[in-house]
Amino acid sequence: MFWDPRTERMPEKELKEYQERKLKALIFRVYNHSPFYRKKFKEAGINPWDFSGIRDLSKLPFTKKQDLRDNYPTGMFSVPISQVVRFHASSGTTGKPTVVGYTTNDIDVWVECLCRGLVSCGVTREDVVQISYGYGLFTGGLGFHYAAERVGATVLPTSAGNTARQIELMKDLKTTVIACTPSYMLYLAEYALKMGTDLRETELRMGIFGAEPWSEETRKRIEEKVGIDAYDVYGTSELSGPLFTECEEKCGIHVWADHFLIEVIDPESGEQLNEGEKGELVVTTLSKEALPLIRWRTGDITVIESEKCACGRTHPRIMRILGRADDMIIVRGVNVFPSQIEHVLMQIPEVGEHYMIILDRAENGLDVMTIQVELSEKAEVDRVSDILELEKRIAEKLKSVLNVTAKVEVVNPGTLQRFEGKAKRVIDRRKI
Amino acid sequence: MQDLQDWVIKQLSVFVENKPGRLAAVTEVLYREKINIRAFTIAEAGDFGIIRMVVDRTEDAFNALKNAGFTVTITRVLGVEVADEPGGLYKIAKALGEQGINIEYVYAFTHGDRALIILRVDNLEKAAEVLKKEGVLYKM
Repeated sequence: MFWDPRTERMPEKELKEYQERKLKALIFRVYNHSPFYRKKFKEAGINPWDFSGIRDLSKLPFTKKQDLRDNYPTGMFSVPISQVVRFHASSGTTGKPTVVGYTTNDIDVWVECLCRGLVSCGVTREDVVQISYGYGLFTGGLGFHYAAERVGATVLPTSAGNTARQIELMKDLKTTVIACTPSYMLYLAEYALKMGTDLRETELRMGIFGAEPWSEETRKRIEEKVGIDAYDVYGTSELSGPLFTECEEKCGIHVWADHFLIEVIDPESGEQLNEGEKGELVVTTLSKEALPLIRWRTGDITVIESEKCACGRTHPRIMRILGRADDMIIVRGVNVFPSQIEHVLMQIPEVGEHYMIILDRAENGLDVMTIQVELSEKAEVDRVSDILELEKRIAEKLKSVLNVTAKVEVVNPGTLQRFEGKAKRVIDRRKI
Repeated sequence: MQDLQDWVIKQLSVFVENKPGRLAAVTEVLYREKINIRAFTIAEAGDFGIIRMVVDRTEDAFNALKNAGFTVTITRVLGVEVADEPGGLYKIAKALGEQGINIEYVYAFTHGDRALIILRVDNLEKAAEVLKKEGVLYKM
């Protein structure tokens, strides 16, 4: 099923030409209307009249989170505030919050993008969509809300939190689709069981999960435990909010190329990488008016796949987000992504879905990484050696994937921290 | 041995982290279900321990603990009853050793003038035969 079949199936050549035209127009637009970009272009020696298009993309300077912070709150906007119809703001946990503004058209493009995604996962007007992402300054709740309404579905705007009520409403109003973080879905399923409800026996048939990196193994576990189809969604507040999803093929997230131009770079050197190479996703917004972004460093690590998808959509796909460039932990000099750890753990049936990564520095100056993981009911727990061997087996698998030793501690089910929003699984106790 | 099932004791093992209150949490579940513990031991291993016990209603206890979120395993073990006097354990350890049967763990308690010993062995069937021949195998 398609929301906008003509655009979603636009021949690649046509799509590319469309991007070229929009990119050139964008460069002129920001040069003329954004003092921030005019200054930046001048510093980099970019003259809009000499800019030839996508092949010159790598000459353009990057835009980083720090730029938004330095120009807090609205210094990077390209339109007067009177044209802005909404603000969203990030939480600002790692510094000043960043503020994003939207014109009427910005909201429309955002909603259209997510409508295409929802329909590509199979959401229809018959569905009851429960939105358990936070509503408010965070873009997740309102983003899904508008798109699900436009698709014609019935929206249940529960927002995040109050888990018992979420489950009660889910049962009573016969929710068929849920949108939340994958970790919250697992928490909901566990909580529901404690309340005596097996979510597999409810009407719930689909979940659209994002706002944090998750693995293919977690997808399998969610699908099995909850009895639903689980789809990945991607977006960031700076780019608008939740924008792109997987289609029913479940092999990569379609990025709507008529509105967004993507590339993947080496996060260290900033060099463009070839298709199929793993690196940081960089996005140029072709349609945004209030806060256009040129070569926005998302900080998310992924791979681009341009091979045409079996669903018939011609727009490029990004593979599952593997982690954040800044989530990367450096343990004894080795780069480790929490997603790699999750990937290993979820292949081991004796452990549960929740885990924590704890970093300490020993007296001898060496980093010590401890992975705490809950036992699952499949674990054999009679001999002390049953546990010790399980810990050893997990540690060996981690070592083979991460190239760094980790200490493994299994703990009682239900004792590790649960997260209602984005999971924060890394505790860094190293004093540096 | 045809009647092996009659002699096998089903023991519950529960994984617990070595933290205050965990034993209380396990035993509270059993208390609420009105389950009586017949034999009990904790194998302690640093950060965690394993509670092993024989109870009067194994299935009920297993389900109650599982629903309470514990990781529980049912293990087949053997019980041996000997006189509470010197050499009681020696006699059975020797008999099993001579047959090449390895004892993985053992715990014991006394009641009256008898001692009851719970054993996990690597070859349950063979061990049961040996112990039955010795006339010490205990039927719960």
